[in-house]
This record gives sequence, structure tokens and C-alpha cells, in this order.
Amino acid sequence: MKVWVFIEESQGGPAPIGLELLTKARTLTDEPAVTYLGMGSDETFAQLGGYGAAAIYHIATDDHLPTAAAAAALASLAVSHAPDVIMFGSTPTDRDVAGRLSARMGLPVISNAVDVLVDGESVTVINEIFGGSQMVETVFTGGGPHLVVVRPKSFPAEPGGQTSPTVEAVDLPDVGHAGAAVVTGVHVEEREGPQLEDASIVVSAGRGMGSAENLSLTQRLARVLGAAQGATRAVVDAGWVPYSLQVGQTGKTVKPDVYIACGISGAMQHVVGMKDAKVIIAINKDEEAPIFALSDLGIVGDVNKVLPKLIEALEARQ
Amino acid sequence: MNVMVCAKQIPDPAAPYQLDAETHFLERPTDQILDDTDRYGVEMGLQVAEQTGGSVTLVSMGPAGNLQGIRQALAMGAAKAIVIEDPALRGADSWTTAHVLAAAIKREEFDLVIAGTESTDGSAGVLPQQLAELLGVPSLTFAKQLEHEGDMIRIQRQTEYGYDVVESPTPALVTVTSGIVEPRYPTFKGIMEAKKKSIEVIGLGDLGVVPAETQKIVEVRPAPERASGEIIEDDGEAYQRIVQVLEQAKVI
Repeated sequence: MKVWVFIEESQGGPAPIGLELLTKARTLTDEPAVTYLGMGSDETFAQLGGYGAAAIYHIATDDHLPTAAAAAALASLAVSHAPDVIMFGSTPTDRDVAGRLSARMGLPVISNAVDVLVDGESVTVINEIFGGSQMVETVFTGGGPHLVVVRPKSFPAEPGGQTSPTVEAVDLPDVGHAGAAVVTGVHVEEREGPQLEDASIVVSAGRGMGSAENLSLTQRLARVLGAAQGATRAVVDAGWVPYSLQVGQTGKTVKPDVYIACGISGAMQHVVGMKDAKVIIAINKDEEAPIFALSDLGIVGDVNKVLPKLIEALEARQ
Repeated sequence: MNVMVCAKQIPDPAAPYQLDAETHFLERPTDQILDDTDRYGVEMGLQVAEQTGGSVTLVSMGPAGNLQGIRQALAMGAAKAIVIEDPALRGADSWTTAHVLAAAIKREEFDLVIAGTESTDGSAGVLPQQLAELLGVPSLTFAKQLEHEGDMIRIQRQTEYGYDVVESPTPALVTVTSGIVEPRYPTFKGIMEAKKKSIEVIGLGDLGVVPAETQKIVEVRPAPERASGEIIEDDGEAYQRIVQVLEQAKVI
């Protein structure tokens, strides 16, 4: 079984989800290969070797959005090397490349995977649906390569299977009008506190906080706990916080030790991004809120009354 | 600019979703609503069309039902709709859907195709990119803002760390995030006019697309459930219980 992992560059190195997928790929094959999109460096390739990459196909570019050309380059590679599986992360750029590659090669893609099983020649993908309450197993019935888009944090990233990978440079082909979109500006938002994806505590705000001003409470709670701040899509869409704080289906997936859901009802789209937290604490005034069904501790009450007392008690301990 | 907007009718997410026991396909009632995600696409399309003197055509695949969701988008101001319905498309994956939508869109003159980043019921999130590749146009994805100038479009593309500014000549495809614009509510006049607008319902034979079975659901099972925890009513002192739980979790 030939298993490939598509990895995009992010902030000068492999995107974190790429290392998660490479860790998984090692369990499916002895010699996983990586198609790497970005500038690349000896250090990056050595790091990928530390995660067991036997071969690296390096699509060299400093462009943020060469997705049509990257899909074309990947298609040529796939035709000549015939991988059985290509795994992508569920990130904007990976999804762009996977979708375009799928159409280009006439192959289906299964997204939102949380696991990939291989049995002989057969490849099965596991998805969670309905907010993670049901698991679905889907098997590819046609020929490969089978394209799978995997949700972040489905597998831990662990180094292993140390190799000195071969590195082959691959050109980005000219794809004409389809490749005409160009990036003319890059804006990085300033973020304070720990990164949402890596934090051991996440304090998230939902619509039930009532107003943008009230988010000063979740911010203070996050600060006193050394936690990262998160939010639901409703709060992001309302413009109260930037998208980079969004947790859920269309945002980030988090697996902290403790997740504190403040004024969050627990819509399926949110739950899928946080249900695997070790401990879930929810504060909501609606006792019927679905979030309570998965909470270790649920407080039925006014979040704007509970939080000031909680913050005060925690500050007093410091 | 003439804008094609992909609009999906979905079962109301407020009601629990059910899978057909035999086929494992999502059960779709006659009454379906316009996917909330697509309201943003329709609004964005209408704004571009209004500013440039073009029109919005809806394209939709799936069981037509009573067309309530499509009429909702027409009432917002779209000029007409093409709906592709065929029993052979039940449970179609994103790849087949992209082929069907591409074939329908190619019959029209278009400058811009707009879609949501992903549907609320399927959430595959790769269909617009498949569609762009089949149409041979650039894909400007995850837009949180869209501007146009002559035959150029410019978006702010959401990224993990902020946003990128992306520009492209038309024809092009854009996927929009919720929050890009505030969707308008249909007016009474809009609702009345929508009743007279053209909804062309066609089948696969009209498009010359043959769906292929590419995957098969072999099992659906309940996920392991979290043990239900402790629920308490706040009596003014509930914060103390939170402190205890944080202590037990060894994070404070």
C-alpha cells in the first residue's frame, strides 16, 4: 500500500496537521511519501524524515494560493507513481488542492475523516456525523488514488521511523486561466495568550454572552487561567471576535484538558470541534441546551453572573 | 456581471436528522429550507449583480420537493433557478454533484460563480473547488469580503492566522463564509414576484452526466457516548463547584 501525505507549508515549516497525518501514514505503510507545497528547507525535510517520510516530492513555491497549479503537479505525480491513498488535512489550502485534484483526476474525495483503515487493497474512511453522535464507515469502490481529507487532531503527531528521505523537486505547471488568482497581501492578526490549538484550557464564548462587551468576562477568565480564547460561529459572524478564534466544523478543532463553554448552546457544528476535550464545563441559562448532554459539569444559570464570581475566586488564589 | 449562485435545499437543521436505515442516505422531507450558508452567497451575488447591471441565476441539485428553499432565494431577488433532480442522484457524492452543477452552469453565460464554503447537511467542503476545476476557472475560497472592479475581483481569504488578499480576473469562482454580508429578508413584493419567476427542473438526461458509484457506506453506528455529568442550578455559589472541578483536573 502506497500512502502519500500532502503537506502545505505554514509559517516556515510543515503545517501541524501534516505531521499528524504522517504519523498515521506510518501505521499504514512502511514507506510513506510526502508531497510538500512551499519553499521547503533542509531543516523541514529532516523534520519530515524524523516522522518517517521515505520520499518527499517538493512542489517549490512561495505563493500562498497556487492551488490549481499544485493540483496539476500532484496529478502528474500521482499518474507516474500511482499512490493508493493521498491524505490531506482539513485546512483551507488542502481542501482547495484536494477538490481540484479530485476533479482533475476524475476521483472522489471523502472529507471530514477521523480515521483511515486499510485492509489489503481496500480503503475505508471513518467519519463522524450529527455532531459526532454517529460514526459512518465508507469504503472506496473505485480505483485509486483514494483522496481523503482528514479533520485536525484526529491523530497525535509523534516522531518515529527516522529516515533520510529522498527529495525530488517538482515544477508547478502553467494551468492558464484556472491559475490566474494571485495573493497580493498577507495579514497576520496579532494574538495574545496561548494558541487555541495547543492550549490546555480553552474558554469559549457563545451567543449567550449577550453582547461583545460581555466578552471582557471570558477574556478575563482566560487570562487568569492562562487559557486560550475560543468562540462559536455565531459570535464570529456577529463580528465580536476574529475568525481565528472560531471552534467547530468550519473553525478549529481543540482537545484541551478543560473546555469552558460560556453561553454556548451546543449546536452540532460547534460540538464537533470540542467534544473530545477531557473535561467540559458549561454555563448556560437554558437547562435544555444540548451542551449539557456532553458536559462533565453543567451550571444552569446566568453566565454573566457566574463568571465575575469565578474570576474573583481564581484571582484570589493567585 | 452575471452571477451563478449554488443554492442547496436542506432539511431544517432545527429538526433531528435521520439516515435511511437501508441506504444510509440522509432522509429529505418535501419541505426543505435554503441552506443558511447559501443565503450569504445569494446576497453577495445580488449585490454584485445590482452594482454591475447583471443578474443572479440559482443552480441547485437535489430532490426539488416543494421548492420552498429555492423560492426563498428567488424572493430575495435572484432572476431564475435551474434545479437538477434525478432519482439516480440520490446519495450522490461531491464529485458527482460537481459534474452535474458544472454541466448546468456551462449552459449559461457567467462571469462569477458563488458557493458557500460547505453545506450545513453534508459539510464535505470540496465541491466548489471541484466545480472550479471542471469549469476551468480560478477558485477564490473562504472569502470574508469581496470587491469587484471592471472584470477583476478581489477577496479577503480567511486563513488560520488572519487573511490573505487574493485577486483574479473573471470568470472565477468564489466561496463565501457566513458573515461576508448581511442577507436581506425577502419583501412581500419579492415573495409575490418569486411565484412568477422561472424554475427549470431538469434531469440527468438533459445534462448528459452519468453518475458513477465511487464509494459505499458499509456501516453506521452510534459513537461512544460521554458519560453524562453533573448538572446544577446556580444558586449564586455554583462558581465554587467550577473551582473544584478545575482543581480535580489539575489545571489550577
